[in-house]
Amino acid sequence: MTSRSLKSVVLYIGLIGGMIISMFPFYWLIVMSTRTTSDIYTFPPKLWFGGEMWSNITRVLQQIDFWGAFLNTLFVAGMVTILVLFFDSLAGFAFAKFEFPGKKWLFVLLIATMMVPSQLSLVPSFVLMATFGWVGSFKALIIPGMVNAFGIFWIRQYATESIPNDLLDAGRIDGCNFFRLYWNVALPILRPAFAFLGAFTFIGVWNDYLWPLIVLTDERKYTLQIALSQLNGLYNTDYAMVIAGTLLAVIPLIIMFLFISRQFISDIAAGAVKD
Amino acid sequence: MNPDPGAARPDLNQEKSLLSRIWQHRALYIAISPFYLLFAVFGLFPIGFSLYLAFHKWDGIGVMTYNGLNNFKYLLSDVEFWQAVGNTFMIWIYSTIPMLFFALIIAFLLHAPFVKFKTLFRVGYFLPNVTSIVAVAIIFGALFANNYGFLNYLLQSVGLPVVEWLNAPWGIKVAISSMVVWRWTGYNAVIYLAGLQSIPNTLYEAAKIDGASAIQSFFRITIPMLRPVILFTVITSTIGGMQLFTEPQILVGNDGGAGAAGMTIVLYLYRESFINNYFGYGAAVGWGMFLIIALFSIVNWKLVQGKSS
Repeated sequence: MTSRSLKSVVLYIGLIGGMIISMFPFYWLIVMSTRTTSDIYTFPPKLWFGGEMWSNITRVLQQIDFWGAFLNTLFVAGMVTILVLFFDSLAGFAFAKFEFPGKKWLFVLLIATMMVPSQLSLVPSFVLMATFGWVGSFKALIIPGMVNAFGIFWIRQYATESIPNDLLDAGRIDGCNFFRLYWNVALPILRPAFAFLGAFTFIGVWNDYLWPLIVLTDERKYTLQIALSQLNGLYNTDYAMVIAGTLLAVIPLIIMFLFISRQFISDIAAGAVKD
Repeated sequence: MNPDPGAARPDLNQEKSLLSRIWQHRALYIAISPFYLLFAVFGLFPIGFSLYLAFHKWDGIGVMTYNGLNNFKYLLSDVEFWQAVGNTFMIWIYSTIPMLFFALIIAFLLHAPFVKFKTLFRVGYFLPNVTSIVAVAIIFGALFANNYGFLNYLLQSVGLPVVEWLNAPWGIKVAISSMVVWRWTGYNAVIYLAGLQSIPNTLYEAAKIDGASAIQSFFRITIPMLRPVILFTVITSTIGGMQLFTEPQILVGNDGGAGAAGMTIVLYLYRESFINNYFGYGAAVGWGMFLIIALFSIVNWKLVQGKSS
């Protein structure tokens, strides 16, 4: 009994120690955002909260169009997420539950596209956007990302297991065509899979940096990450403000994640272990 | 009973032509077509075009001139490119080894049957992964700051000399690597934990009956059973590690910081293409990167697979 309780003490010390390291940068971010810049530039660093948070946030809102960037990000991430859910589920459902000529070959092609690193085509993709006149427009962010192989693969796995064939047959007898079957039978059943794919897509687009950095030229179209990097580069001296801006940009995502975390983490783990 | 509703009705028109069968299934093709159309336009075409560009000299505005193999010849002798390759590998090693090691330890601790608050720990460890890299880079910039950074405070308070992290080539690499470790350890731990949970308990019980020690069953059961999961994490962190961009770009800027120690391959690709406007050369760098990633992934795959067999 004592050896077991000793073991559990060691175990908890390890787990809590790791947790402190994992959480510390968040804590310090909050502390720094409540301090003045000169507080941040003192040694030893201040490790407890100050009273400057409101004035720091006020300066962020003056220096950059934070709410504009916030709404831009929300719009782009929201649009991409909705489109991905629609197109990926449509294709995933077709691949999971129907036979058609060339299906196997098309699916192999789909999987193969996942292996191509996107940086390879960075330059030509930009040239393409310039040709279409999409540089500086949200189209450049939304349209290339509105359907993806990973999501189709994910939905196909889920649909294969969760949609009963009898239900599809019943729908067919009632005269439903493919799109009616998708809308009335598949969509309600696929909803739990949407939660994960939606959150995964939304977080990914929200945090995207390289591509928006290349195609967004107009300051009014900046997403949060770009606005944040501008803040970091241009106003280096007002560090407290940069930190407060960072905090503001991080909070919405953390809140969203905390709501869905349990299911999200299980789905990530399941996807990796199944392969 | 037919397992597949698409083929449910007996096909009376077996000899129907392929075209009419395709026409019959047109709704399905419409359903899957967005992906293929989009891939053709934004995936396939840019790849072909980037190969074409790699043989040309172009600043993005003026005339494109044929350049033969010159871009590739230059790439082979480009000291900056090879430094970026070296940096990327160093950062990959600095980050992947501790990251997977800590992830495995955390997973083992969390897997112990008497641990409480498992969900809380999992969420706490996973949270850094959701945070944007831009934000992470800004926070870590403050942690590693030369003069007022938190790490230097820690060093000083235990009587060690302060380190100018962002002025030393190895310091920059450590700073970048620690961002990767911080962001991805929890993610990998969650995956290892799922792998551990999928190992059937009966295996351990049988080993125990046969008189195996805890260490023996760890190396004979746990590690072999985890092999596919470990392979998965090694491959994903290799691909991720080769594509590092945001961390160094925010932390040390487009030139890679002191001695270009933080210049990674993708940062170099970005700088040559979009800061210096060498579009043709940028495309060649992209192909160089692609070859290196492909080669490296194959070697990696062989190593991880071969080691345990």
